[in-house]
Amino acid sequence: MKQFFAFVRKEFFHIWRDKRTMFILLAMPIVQIIIFGFALTNEVKNANIAILDNSKDAATASLTTQLDASRYFALERNIVTYKQIEEEFRKGKIKLAIIFPQHFGEDLQHFNKAQVQLIADAADPNTATQLTNYATAIVNDYQNRITNERKLPYTINTEMRMLYNPQLKGAFNFVPGVMAMVLLLVCTMMTAITIVKEKEMGTMEIMLVSPMVPQLVVLAKAVPYLILSSINITSILLLSVFALEVPINGSILLLGFESILFTLVSLSLGLLISSGAASQQTAMFISLIALFLPTLMLSGFMFPVENMPLPLRIISNIVPAKWFYIIIKSVMIKGLGISGVWKETLIMAGMMIFFLTMAIKKFKIRLG
Amino acid sequence: MSDDKVITANNLTKKFGDFTAVDHISFDVHKGEIFGFLGANGAGKTTAMRMLCGLSLPTSGEATVAGFDVYKENEKIKKSIGYMSQKFSLYEDLTVKENMEFYGGIYHMTDKFIKEKTGFILEHLHLEKEANALVRSLPLGWKQKLAFSVAIFHEPGIVFLDEPTGGVDPVTRREFWNMIYEAADRGITVFVTTHYMDEAEYCNRVSIMVDGRIEALDTPSQLKKTYEATSMDEVFLKLARKAVRTAD
Repeated sequence: MKQFFAFVRKEFFHIWRDKRTMFILLAMPIVQIIIFGFALTNEVKNANIAILDNSKDAATASLTTQLDASRYFALERNIVTYKQIEEEFRKGKIKLAIIFPQHFGEDLQHFNKAQVQLIADAADPNTATQLTNYATAIVNDYQNRITNERKLPYTINTEMRMLYNPQLKGAFNFVPGVMAMVLLLVCTMMTAITIVKEKEMGTMEIMLVSPMVPQLVVLAKAVPYLILSSINITSILLLSVFALEVPINGSILLLGFESILFTLVSLSLGLLISSGAASQQTAMFISLIALFLPTLMLSGFMFPVENMPLPLRIISNIVPAKWFYIIIKSVMIKGLGISGVWKETLIMAGMMIFFLTMAIKKFKIRLG
Repeated sequence: MSDDKVITANNLTKKFGDFTAVDHISFDVHKGEIFGFLGANGAGKTTAMRMLCGLSLPTSGEATVAGFDVYKENEKIKKSIGYMSQKFSLYEDLTVKENMEFYGGIYHMTDKFIKEKTGFILEHLHLEKEANALVRSLPLGWKQKLAFSVAIFHEPGIVFLDEPTGGVDPVTRREFWNMIYEAADRGITVFVTTHYMDEAEYCNRVSIMVDGRIEALDTPSQLKKTYEATSMDEVFLKLARKAVRTAD
């Protein structure tokens, strides 16, 4: 036991004395959360729009006010001609134009029918779709209001409820994703690098000659990074709750347990990589390309997996982060308990056992 | 006489697939001896030493180290030996003291022992002022001496040195060998590999490996007589000329 502590102590010295790396490892999750939470978002806010009002009556005025009031839109100015609209689009000054034809209000009243034209800058199709959706929603809202006032029979109203995330905040998506990425980087990449470093420096040999049990060497290397990860997870969760207003609806204990499980999976992967890599650069490279990149793409937090072709969907099943992401979302945002996530938990536990066994086996072979 | 033998090897062989790195070598090392294990690069010295240290299992043949069998009593061997590699064995980003405390802990030494021994070594090497300095700040010669002291920190009966004087100037090398003599005087057996032939003169007995086999084993003076040479360098050249293998 004393052996083990002597080793863990040394490992802490290594990490502590490498101030630059340590700073990156501790500060990185915080920076990522802040960037993802506040700066980057795939929501569209304050998009510049223009309204061409050929009717200028009470109805259009009402709609204009509503559009202007929405946080998604910033009314550039009232345009006078169709030609101006083209100009504005070309210059990139507006993303959406709303055009009311002449006699808008009159048509509504007398014929119960009127048209509104929406023109969007689809050079970025995602933004264009979102903006037209928002505008349509506002128009529908207005329509419902005036319809109700008229009291027509057989009207079907659609009521929408966004469960768990009524404000559709993007942060809910990113927090679990950032957690997974940070754990992967710290646990997998750094563990792999530190073990390979000993090989490179020649001190691994010394360890093997000493009475130190080889498995303990590996464990002792993992312990500091386990602790570092716990600090990171805590800081991510604190930031998410207090700065990004992402709730923790489920049990914090369960959250902690699942995080530790994922940490162990990442650590096992780090060990596996270290037994195969000959240099620190190789270790880093494998971690980034074979692990980090698939996690980013196939875990489901950036791009929905359900939309991907079948082969990719199958591959995504072996990306550990995919299961972690599902679990975190379920526990943190939906507030599910262990009964809701036991399947995914079992899968992750299975992965950990598999990677760990393989890592230990590979380590032993090298001794022969 | 048989109690005296701390290392025995009998037809020790190591094969990697078709390649025979170590080819049926047999030799003994006596307690307190300074035994030089010489050979060109690629001759099989390091492979042989690794088998004796418990770093790799032999393909065939027998060997015992400190009376323990290399096949079955690996763990006991590790507790009884010290080891110093070419790359030294010290962590550059740890202090002198921390290195010693670490190795003491690894070899199951008590806190009291570690404290006393650390103080003793610092005094002996005149490194008291550098106790809390990072090893990377030490000059090469000091690192080397410290590495040796750390290798025998737990007072093993045998210490294996793998090319310990690589890249070091002759004066520092002489000082280092003084330390080896001191250790041998205390009864520690020293098994050292080197390709510096002048260092061969410092050893009690020397073996020369060529292409995986031991071509010569005797005291330096005897070898010079046998091969009609004036220096170990010459002896080695006469033997090594027959070599078929070169370093990878």
